[in-house]
Amino acid sequence: MPSLKDLKTRIDSVKSTRKITSAMKLVAAAKLKRAQDAAEAGRPYADRMNAVMANLASSAKNSPTAPKLLVGTGSDKVHLLIVATAERGLCGGFNSSIVKLARERIRSLLADGKTVKILTVGKKGREQLLRDYEELLIDHVDLSGAKRIGYEHAREVSEKVMNLFSAGEFDVCWLFFNKFQSVISQIPTESQLIPAQFDAPEGEDAKGAGASYEYEPEEDLILADLLPRSIATQIFTALLENAASEQGARMAAMDNATRNAGDMINKLTLVYNRTRQAAITKELIEIISGAEAL
Amino acid sequence: MADTMQFDLVAPERMVHSASATAVTIPAAEGDMTAMPGHAPLIATLRPGVVTVMTDGKSEEFVVTGGFAEVSATAAALLAEEAMPKSEVTADFLNEKIAHAEKLVGGAEPGPQAALLGQQLNDFMGLKSRLGL
Repeated sequence: MPSLKDLKTRIDSVKSTRKITSAMKLVAAAKLKRAQDAAEAGRPYADRMNAVMANLASSAKNSPTAPKLLVGTGSDKVHLLIVATAERGLCGGFNSSIVKLARERIRSLLADGKTVKILTVGKKGREQLLRDYEELLIDHVDLSGAKRIGYEHAREVSEKVMNLFSAGEFDVCWLFFNKFQSVISQIPTESQLIPAQFDAPEGEDAKGAGASYEYEPEEDLILADLLPRSIATQIFTALLENAASEQGARMAAMDNATRNAGDMINKLTLVYNRTRQAAITKELIEIISGAEAL
Repeated sequence: MADTMQFDLVAPERMVHSASATAVTIPAAEGDMTAMPGHAPLIATLRPGVVTVMTDGKSEEFVVTGGFAEVSATAAALLAEEAMPKSEVTADFLNEKIAHAEKLVGGAEPGPQAALLGQQLNDFMGLKSRLGL
């Protein structure tokens, strides 16, 4: 049976934990708003880029001089996996869910006899993958110094990827990140970066745009110029989604923690009061029986 | 034919400017061009330079560092790597770009790639002197 003093200390410590988790929740909520705004602001660029690329790609795909970034190297032996996670923990299953998805992919690729290389973005994913696949990790991008995700971070990642690709280090590139759905749901997603795939533009826009564009300089040059940009844009979009998801996941996790701390305080307070009552009763009995004995 | 076109200047991080314009001057890779309503559909890459947007007789200027433009009869969309109003450009910003470009030129092997980088460096220098910074 814990003493009254022990219980009191325990309750105080849970109370201060609750204060911290609820503060973290509020901070995450504020950051989430900002991250969502950033993701929103980045959408027009990504959408247009995608539309133009889809257009260019569909007409260039059959040409024999099509860039390798678009049609692939003709082999699928070596796979590069970009695993984007957070720099910090305490955000529920956010990091583990991405890593879990990446692990499944790694296992199936290895089982098929492919070579796998991993590029991690964010410390947490690296830590988790280090345990099982240390020899596969080839590079890491650190975002811990970044207050907010900027395009230059995406460019840093994409430059690394482009350098590896032009050095012939891999054939296929995958990107793993969490797609932001809502505060309570983030969807771990994998998307193929290289060879590039573009969703066909939908609706009337696509028809209006058609293949009737004039190009300056020539189509091939533009395509060669735009493909790396488009990859950077896709990475940027993924990083923004990831940032929003991270804050959403943290907010949900901290909300849970705050509630659990509240429940725990209630339970402990009950035990505390009972123990206090028992001690008083015991003292009374002692006094009364002492008085009767006289 | 309508006498204005929808102009959008978009950077990866935000929409920089959106307006309905009567004419847009674009620093395309192979020389400046002005797009007006009814222009033939065109996709062009951008060099570092100044974009001028004419709206109701007034003009606004923006600086872009690269990207591409998509022009159609009714709209001009500029997808710029970096874009900002001309008044926000500082000498430091351009010097940094120039230093970066110089480094790239220094490290590049002779060939079409080096020529391209040299061109970009020149464009930045030209931009700097044009802005008088």
